[in-house]
Amino acid sequence: MPEKKEYKVIGTRPIRHDGVDKVTGRALYGADFHTAGLLHGRVLRSPHAHARILSIDTSRAEAYPGVKAIVTAKDLPDAADKVADLGEGAVHLKYLCDNILASDKALYKGHAIAAVAATNAHIAEEACALIDVAYEVLPPVLEVRQAMEPAAPLLHETLKTGSLGETAEEPSNVASHLQHKKGDIEAGFAEADVIIEREFVTGTVHQGYIEPHNATALYNPDGQLTVWCSTQGAFTVREQLTEILQYPISKIKVVPMEIGGGFGGKINVYVEPVAALLAKKTGKPVKVLMNRADVFEGTGPTPASFIRVKMGATKDGKLTAAQTHLAFEAGAYPGSPVGAGAMCIFAPYDIANVLIDGYDVVVNKPKSAPYRAPGATNAAFGSETVIDELAKELNIDALEFRIMNGAKEGVKRADGPVFPRIGFIESVEAAKQHPHYTSPNGKKHHGRGVASGFWFNIGLASSVSISVNPDGTINLVEGSTDIGGTRASIAMQAAEVLGIPAESVNPSVVDTNSVGYTAVTGGSRTTFATGYAAYEAAQDVKRQLIARAAKLWEVDEEDVQFADGEFSCINGKEAQLSFHDLSARLGETGGPVVGSAAVNPPGAGGAFATHIVDLEVDEDTGKVQILRYTATQDAGKAIHPSYVEGQIQGGVVQGIGWALNEEYIYNAEGTMTNASFLDYRIPTCLDLPMIDTVIVEVPNPGHPYGVRGVGEVPIVPPPAAIANAIYDAIGIRMTELPMSPDRMLKAMGKI
Amino acid sequence: MRSFEFFEPTTLAEASRLFAQEHAQLLAGGTDLVIGMKALTETPQSVISLQKIAGLAGITTDADGGVSIGVMTRVRDVELSEEIRNGYTALAEGAAEIGSIQIRNLATLGGNIAHASPAADTVAALLALDAQVDIASADGERSVPIHALFTGPGQTILTAGEIMTRFRLPSPASGSHYIKHKIREVMDLAFIGVAAAVDMDNGTITGARIGLAAVAPTPIRATEAEELLAGKSLTDAILAEAGEAAAAACSPISDLRCSAEHRREMVDVLTRRTVREAVARAHA
Repeated sequence: MPEKKEYKVIGTRPIRHDGVDKVTGRALYGADFHTAGLLHGRVLRSPHAHARILSIDTSRAEAYPGVKAIVTAKDLPDAADKVADLGEGAVHLKYLCDNILASDKALYKGHAIAAVAATNAHIAEEACALIDVAYEVLPPVLEVRQAMEPAAPLLHETLKTGSLGETAEEPSNVASHLQHKKGDIEAGFAEADVIIEREFVTGTVHQGYIEPHNATALYNPDGQLTVWCSTQGAFTVREQLTEILQYPISKIKVVPMEIGGGFGGKINVYVEPVAALLAKKTGKPVKVLMNRADVFEGTGPTPASFIRVKMGATKDGKLTAAQTHLAFEAGAYPGSPVGAGAMCIFAPYDIANVLIDGYDVVVNKPKSAPYRAPGATNAAFGSETVIDELAKELNIDALEFRIMNGAKEGVKRADGPVFPRIGFIESVEAAKQHPHYTSPNGKKHHGRGVASGFWFNIGLASSVSISVNPDGTINLVEGSTDIGGTRASIAMQAAEVLGIPAESVNPSVVDTNSVGYTAVTGGSRTTFATGYAAYEAAQDVKRQLIARAAKLWEVDEEDVQFADGEFSCINGKEAQLSFHDLSARLGETGGPVVGSAAVNPPGAGGAFATHIVDLEVDEDTGKVQILRYTATQDAGKAIHPSYVEGQIQGGVVQGIGWALNEEYIYNAEGTMTNASFLDYRIPTCLDLPMIDTVIVEVPNPGHPYGVRGVGEVPIVPPPAAIANAIYDAIGIRMTELPMSPDRMLKAMGKI
Repeated sequence: MRSFEFFEPTTLAEASRLFAQEHAQLLAGGTDLVIGMKALTETPQSVISLQKIAGLAGITTDADGGVSIGVMTRVRDVELSEEIRNGYTALAEGAAEIGSIQIRNLATLGGNIAHASPAADTVAALLALDAQVDIASADGERSVPIHALFTGPGQTILTAGEIMTRFRLPSPASGSHYIKHKIREVMDLAFIGVAAAVDMDNGTITGARIGLAAVAPTPIRATEAEELLAGKSLTDAILAEAGEAAAAACSPISDLRCSAEHRREMVDVLTRRTVREAVARAHA
């Protein structure tokens, strides 16, 4: 474990580099992009949740004045049955293409069918209504348990369940079955004095980013394709475009505009390939913007799930066995986050006997996409509720029970990895000692609940280059979309190395032609991995500047020391130069200094969180009011504590929305009936108290400053913590999300 | 959005003549209409702004001690008016429930009522405060009590060319209150809305009016509950009776916001809470 270090920049709270542009409205988002000759595209979407596309007749739309081009799936290259590796995992190419423009079947209401480019957006919209699509409407499958029934209508006639290395004979909606085993589950339950088994249901929820998806595409006459869009990863867009369009990667440039939220939902492409097809057909730049209904119905929410959890413990509070059945809705194509849910569900605990079964199941809903710790929140709603029930049954304090069974360094997870140094127990201790937890809570209908969560975090590749300016500042070029203040958190790591203030770094997020490969802003990896690259690039700059100083002083490089922003000579010669002063002398010592680094660090280190919530249940109206909320979390090392706190608060708020209000409401035909922010209710600042945060710092041995990703894990505990607090308030176990007033009144027997 | 012709008449007569044409829509604040036009649920061929017609905005005191509120009065102005806050508290509370401050600075009281949504935030209060609606057309003027205005969701008794001009409220009741049942504190629609206005004399309720929103195809008065309360002093028993009577007066639907049972249950609960608060205000 690294020593506790003193830092000059790290741990301070400078204003973020993009802050002024964003609060003054000057930052340019995708929808702000404009260029001469711009055409506007609009996507026609399926009105049916499940239908065979018999024919598409575009002739009336083509004749409409102002229409310049129409595209359908026929304009996409033939998607052979091949598998594309997109860095984040292998993807079946036909599925990828069919989600962009449906070829043979529409698999969800809102599925893109065709698109129009016209001289303005209103004409494009009118023309969409003139495209005649003949559908054979099929019965929709809208729920995971229904979809798993052998008699359920099939979404894909060729999809056969892959289970533990075997492929089934008959087609099914179950795309895959995974299993993690540890110890002997039967023996574990036999050892237990108390066993609790419960079933849970969670709803489909959306990330709810404020900025809708957008893309503008242009083909130059030389074949160079440029796409301006809002994305969590410009390189990931480039990879998807090269596969979907079957177009050389070297001919595609993706320019990331500022992004108005992503939370995992802006990794997959939707309108980017459509804009490209329309641009190719027209020879003009084409911009395609989604509206809010498009976003809800045509992008990737995180899925509904059915979860069974069974856990056992001895009288003295030792967890002996844990078993779960996780059935996740993938949406229209395989690829739910059940795998991640399976990795996370029991990870906070050291349990000898574990059996985890996960099922990835297709249903007639939009193809699911990542959402902040994808899968882990669904899973923790089940496991953390059962943990609470066990603690109550055993008459052990719920946090003490977690500490007694908490995972620590050396414990092997059921899915294989052995934990390095982690801070789970420290995060629970911080909660247990917090004045929130030690304060009394005895009012009628008031309840207190706790829950913990785990997210594994990812590393992956990042590249950074740094050039030194003659005035002692540096320009830092990176490929990581800045969603939550990462320009600052990355710049600060370079500034720390070079002994300069954060304000002396000018960070730029650039296009795919202008920086080395950088994976998505996702998996809580950016401050960790791109920060690591910035650290290494700054080390490169430091080495080069030491060489320059040695040249100036005519000494060996070994005789130059660099500390606190000062270069000094240590071989008896009196010589000293600040970073600032040496920067001004690069011309005379050999020319510009540019440092760079490309990294792929393996040691992302896991993140743990423990939350405490106080709430009040209105027994007449069924409304749940959050009164107080405290979140503790191991951040490894908080580079910029304000943005760590912001990430924690944001995750908690999304988790509360998921717990209490948010869900896709479907009618029997498979239409989402609440596809607007009016009826899909994300909480506002007036709905919640201030979210208190406690940053715990157990340094990650896999990062030079000990950073752990912080963005995702805070969404994991809230639904379970709130359900546990509701139980404390009124003695009822809520097992279905969201815990809306209607469901609360029903559970209380009022209606 | 479809293309349309835009008019800005300066007189009511001209506006009425234009509005009598087919496929014409009036534009007040635009916070309902423009959204509908963008969603293509509204496709007017002509849009007639009331903005340039003098005398349609503002809150004035009437000779009989009541107030008149012009249809083009911004909802935010209703919400912040001292006169409304003091004498017609339920209406100020209803106005404050609409959308966000930005929306309330655009939206008008007339638009909120003319849209004829059963869930409109100001309508329960206007019912409980016994508002009279003045209507003008090229043929002259007429006036109806607000409870007679609505015929169905989005439907009113207004005929071609008729334009509402003002809401007249009689002199203030002793106390009034509005409660909106919602999930979110702000930026939400009423799952149901209950407004109550009471006249008190020496601890006795001499008269009560209860307006209910989002519990029937039109906003309604809970007249049976009102009659139960009249002449009584406030007790838990009489409140319970009134709550049940109000719930019985409803014909709510189940929709994605909540079930019919939930709505009916809430009418009972919130009628009790609203009347209790209106009476408390009368005493204050």
